[in-house]
Amino acid sequence: MRNGIDRRTFLKGAGLLGAAAALPMGLVEIVWGKAPDQKFTFAYISDAHLTHIKGTEFVQNFDKGLRKAVFEVNFLDPQPDFVVFGGDLAQLGKKEEIDHGREIMKELTTPVKWVMGEHDYYLDLGEYWRKNFGPDHYSFDHKGVHFVVLNSILTDDYWTHEKWPTAEERMHQMARLDNPHGSPFMVKDAQRAWLKNDLAKISKDTPLVVLSHSPLYKVFKPWNFWTDDAEKVQALLKPFRQVTVFHGHVHQVLYNQIGHISFNAFMSTAWPWPYPVSYSQKPNKIPDITVFMNRADPFKERDGTGWGHIDIAGRNGFAHHYGLWENTPRTVEKDARMAHPSDTKYQDPKDRIPPQTRY
Amino acid sequence: MRNVFIGALVVALLACWQTPVRSDEYTREDLKKWDDAYRYMVKEGEKWFHSGALGGNSVSCDMCHPNASDTHPETYPKFQKQLGKVVGLRDMINWCIQNPEQGKVLAADDPKMIALEAYITWERRGVKLAPGKH
Repeated sequence: MRNGIDRRTFLKGAGLLGAAAALPMGLVEIVWGKAPDQKFTFAYISDAHLTHIKGTEFVQNFDKGLRKAVFEVNFLDPQPDFVVFGGDLAQLGKKEEIDHGREIMKELTTPVKWVMGEHDYYLDLGEYWRKNFGPDHYSFDHKGVHFVVLNSILTDDYWTHEKWPTAEERMHQMARLDNPHGSPFMVKDAQRAWLKNDLAKISKDTPLVVLSHSPLYKVFKPWNFWTDDAEKVQALLKPFRQVTVFHGHVHQVLYNQIGHISFNAFMSTAWPWPYPVSYSQKPNKIPDITVFMNRADPFKERDGTGWGHIDIAGRNGFAHHYGLWENTPRTVEKDARMAHPSDTKYQDPKDRIPPQTRY
Repeated sequence: MRNVFIGALVVALLACWQTPVRSDEYTREDLKKWDDAYRYMVKEGEKWFHSGALGGNSVSCDMCHPNASDTHPETYPKFQKQLGKVVGLRDMINWCIQNPEQGKVLAADDPKMIALEAYITWERRGVKLAPGKH
């Protein structure tokens, strides 16, 4: 005989309540009423780097990161309009990794916009990824904003097609961030021609959001925090009044402003990268305006990783809420009056805290 | 006969006396040999630092520490707040091998450990020693 709630149902409910209480951020106001620009929110998950070991074994640490992000995005209330996956679902582009990632991402209750990362690409040149997730560059319109997705991790033909004896070797070489035999990322001519054509149909007043894996500017070439033809891409974006680029790859809080183009990085669910300033042997172009994320504690498995959601206010800018696991959440925003994106709490040097000092 | 023997002994002793090399008698070739030996260990360290076979789950050191950055060899030994005591760089190397890499710890004198230390400090060359700094 069952009366009221049985133990299993109670535990399930209690578990969900506990999970809701542990969410790293408050709920978001999405309904802003009738402004000249419609406002909306999208969430992102990025750089999951699911790593196949053998058989059905995967690196648990990275699985946990992606699962946690999917679980928490599903708890956003109200739900975001869509979720962007910022690239590097896989570690070595393997079918096992892409299948595994697709299965975990299937749990999301909102549609996903996919961005290609180099770890998804350099084994089979993106074939299996495209079969699962569709084209690697495309555009769409959402509530008055024109979104463009680019595959920014291409490189020169010799490196891609001739330099390496096998596809596996090519993937391994590109997977190593600090590889002296690596090759810089590019959007390349064909895609830039496509972009030019795509943008020709859009009024210059339309707010533009560009999604890419690598930053569409130059930070640090040795680690490919870099897109080699970035200036040519920026030139195509320049005629538009309001442009924001969101990218993955760098696994850290990073933001910049070049002309009227704002740049903003996604967090990774797998692990944090150091800032290039901590490599003492080579110069870097880390943007001065970025307030560094806190030093991660390696003993806390999810510290320095996370996901986020972004409120888009059309021509009036954006607010990027970083949900940082095991760390204080941060918000980087830019409204129409501001010269560049700014952290809402730590932008002024006098407001910074000791863990933001990196060496 | 006996005198001949003593004479031979004296000659032999004198020869021994002169054999020891003076401390300033090393050559450019010696320097190169020692430098090559060191560079070999840096190369070995670079190989292991980027190898999924160091630990047990194919995760490698460079995945979190490209060019051995964010390892701060110049600050060790120091108080490692998570371990609650003063430790050396090798203790943190072993911590990473055991935890994120799910592998087995290396002995302090394991050539792989020496190689990893050689690579990490080489990538941090020129940075001022800052022992104890958090």
